[in-house]
Amino acid sequence: MDAETPPTPPTLALVNVGKAFGAVQALQGVTLELHAGEVHALAGENGAGKSTIVKTFAGVHRPDSGEVRLDGEPVVFGGPADAQQAGVAVIYQEPTLFPDLSVGENIFMGRQPRTGLGRIDRRAMHAAAAELFTRLGVPLDPQQPARGLSIADQQVVEIAKAISRDARVLIMDEPTAALTGQEVARLFTVTRTLQSQGCAILFISHRLEEIFELCQRVTILRDGRWITSEPLAGLTADDLVRRMVGRELSALYPKQDVVPGEVALEVSRLTREGVFTDVSFQVRRGEIVALAGLVGAGRSEVARAIFGVDRRDAGEVKVNGRGITGAGPTAAMDAGLALVPEDRRQQGLVMDMSIERNMGLTQLPALRRAGRLGPLLSRKVERDRARGWAERLQLKFSQLSDAVGVLSGGNQQKVVLAKWLATDPAVLIVDEPTRGIDVGTKSEVHRLLSELAGRNLAVLMISSDLPEVLGMADRVLVMHEGRLVAEIPRAEATEESVMAAATGQNGKAAA
Amino acid sequence: MKTSALGQIVRWDVVVTILLIAVFFGGAGLSPDFANTDNLSFALSDLGEIALIALPMTLLVVCGEVDLSVASVLGLCSALTGSLWDAGWTFETIVPAVVLVGVLCGLLNGLLVTRLGLPSLAVTIGTLSLYRGLAYVVLGTEAISEFPQQYADLAVQTVPGTPIPYPVALFVLLAVITALVLHSTGLGRSLFAIGSQEEAAFFAGVRVKRIKLVLFVVSGVVAAFAGVIYTLRYGSARADNGAGLELAVIAAVLLGGVDFDGGKGTLGGVIAGVLLIGLLRNLLMLNDVATEIQSIVTGLLLIVSVVTPRLIVSIRAARSRRRSAAVAAS
Repeated sequence: MDAETPPTPPTLALVNVGKAFGAVQALQGVTLELHAGEVHALAGENGAGKSTIVKTFAGVHRPDSGEVRLDGEPVVFGGPADAQQAGVAVIYQEPTLFPDLSVGENIFMGRQPRTGLGRIDRRAMHAAAAELFTRLGVPLDPQQPARGLSIADQQVVEIAKAISRDARVLIMDEPTAALTGQEVARLFTVTRTLQSQGCAILFISHRLEEIFELCQRVTILRDGRWITSEPLAGLTADDLVRRMVGRELSALYPKQDVVPGEVALEVSRLTREGVFTDVSFQVRRGEIVALAGLVGAGRSEVARAIFGVDRRDAGEVKVNGRGITGAGPTAAMDAGLALVPEDRRQQGLVMDMSIERNMGLTQLPALRRAGRLGPLLSRKVERDRARGWAERLQLKFSQLSDAVGVLSGGNQQKVVLAKWLATDPAVLIVDEPTRGIDVGTKSEVHRLLSELAGRNLAVLMISSDLPEVLGMADRVLVMHEGRLVAEIPRAEATEESVMAAATGQNGKAAA
Repeated sequence: MKTSALGQIVRWDVVVTILLIAVFFGGAGLSPDFANTDNLSFALSDLGEIALIALPMTLLVVCGEVDLSVASVLGLCSALTGSLWDAGWTFETIVPAVVLVGVLCGLLNGLLVTRLGLPSLAVTIGTLSLYRGLAYVVLGTEAISEFPQQYADLAVQTVPGTPIPYPVALFVLLAVITALVLHSTGLGRSLFAIGSQEEAAFFAGVRVKRIKLVLFVVSGVVAAFAGVIYTLRYGSARADNGAGLELAVIAAVLLGGVDFDGGKGTLGGVIAGVLLIGLLRNLLMLNDVATEIQSIVTGLLLIVSVVTPRLIVSIRAARSRRRSAAVAAS
């Protein structure tokens, strides 16, 4: 820490903060100071603890150790209302406005100006909102309903709301993730305006060039620990990455090199009206192909349509050269497809059912045949198979008859993988395979996927985790607004090239 | 926390079985007419239609659906049996015709639920009214009796050499099949999966809609059979036959520990539940207890059976919360 104390204490600071969730230590000894008139970057990999910090500032979490200081004085935020009262405002990646209320009503929700009769003074409210937008230099109509606003405009509404509450600290949690280049530029202008008015701003982004463009100082986290806080001047992007990762990327995401075999999955001109259009691609045996894009670009929807969960309006899906006959997941499974879905708790597992029965659910006909008891299932075969998979995937459990819901997230994901690998698929589709699971299990999943590809399985991986995409994929397909806009080979895939395509900036160049 | 919610429900059906045994011996002590074969045989056949319909109802409730129209299908089929007999049909042709009507009734329920995605509670409240109305269209308010002795006998007489009435024998056969289906086949496994997490079951390749449709049809068919048996047992075909019976069926299923939200239950529990309700009714009848009181007893039993397992769960949860709080504090 610096020996000299700054002339004024930081507006808002975390001092030596620790926070644990169950056995997981999310933050440990983290110190972060936000000064008035400064834009401070917070960088780190997914799972490094950035959102925990945001939620601590926002009053959602209370630190287990250390303290939060406001203007140098220790404070305790009992809840989000306390933080708001203290002048802290948070802008999330996807704001949640009331869609049927006007922009002005959203800004002044709960604090509407009143007329002498106690009724809401809409005229005054909309005038005040218009003035806020003028200050921010963004021409939005306060009277239009929030429904239909772009994400960028919704963020501006949130910022206007923050200013109207006299916020002194603005926390921006990946605000640019879903914005186009132009929208990012406008957001930066607004941010600089606030900065010049004396706001303390915390800015989180995965895009390093944005950090260099907007921020003056950076704090880097790794695995919940504070690594450094220093001025950005004099640092390079490589310096940041090295501090964030603390190891080589290839060590974390071990994709073996494989010579791709024959085409296992062929998707041609797949369309689901209003969701995605004209999507065509192939996945070969031994290949891991990533499907990247922003949230809402239609990636999971393509997977659902391939697997027969959703209807296909047009187009064809072939597995090993043969079209899928019939509809629904059953037909897709018969053709050799398997889908590890996005939402483990709703779609992946029956939480009340036991581990062994969850694993057996995809193989009921096989369990019946194995038992030689007519239509009856063999429980012994079911248990033996489940035990085999549990050992192979190093599942941590106490009994196979325990409900799958008692397992940790990472172990639940292993059960989902087991139930699908047990069907011996030709093509495995995994949708956000490592979302919400711990770092250790995450690398186990990566090793498993790589090993499976090494044994000639074709893998289609949907992931919003860019380091995962870059580390694992032989090829990266990028979707933007329901269309496939780019195909990037491993050698050319970088955060920049993928994000550029995902935000629709090089759609024409790739086509 | 190794005890799953399922484990607690399994214990509930043990509780019902113990209750059943207690009622049996208590009843034997209370009334000399209770524990003799004639009375028990009568009690069982009096229970016949409820017990039969409870079997497919168990499968439906386990997969998260319910069929409230069963008693109306029974009534419609009873009315049809009478009216066709009156029109000169033979029983060999009446039974297939009536079963076909059961299929159609179940099909309509099933299609409305699976194709239009409507909640079965609402759909079958509608068809409950619809099918009962059709029963009145068929037969009006008249009653048709005087069925041939040989068929009437089938509904009341016992299998030769045993005290078991034919309908009860039919029930035992179907109960064994249902128990095997529910607990030892892929279909049964799928039912539990659908009942606890329909989306996950669908993603795992379970043909959710087809299975539900089939169950509604089976429910209709069994209710149609029950309609024929009911008609013969009372020797009277009326449009209002079996009115309100669906509530007794659902009471028995829930009393047997099947979770109304789906996903949990055992057929053994349901059979214990059916017998418990049957014996209690019989016992109360033997002791000349008014029907209002019988109805009150059944109702209370049902509420207790639904409330108790939940109460146990929440008491356990509160206890483990306190324990973990104590651990955290120390």
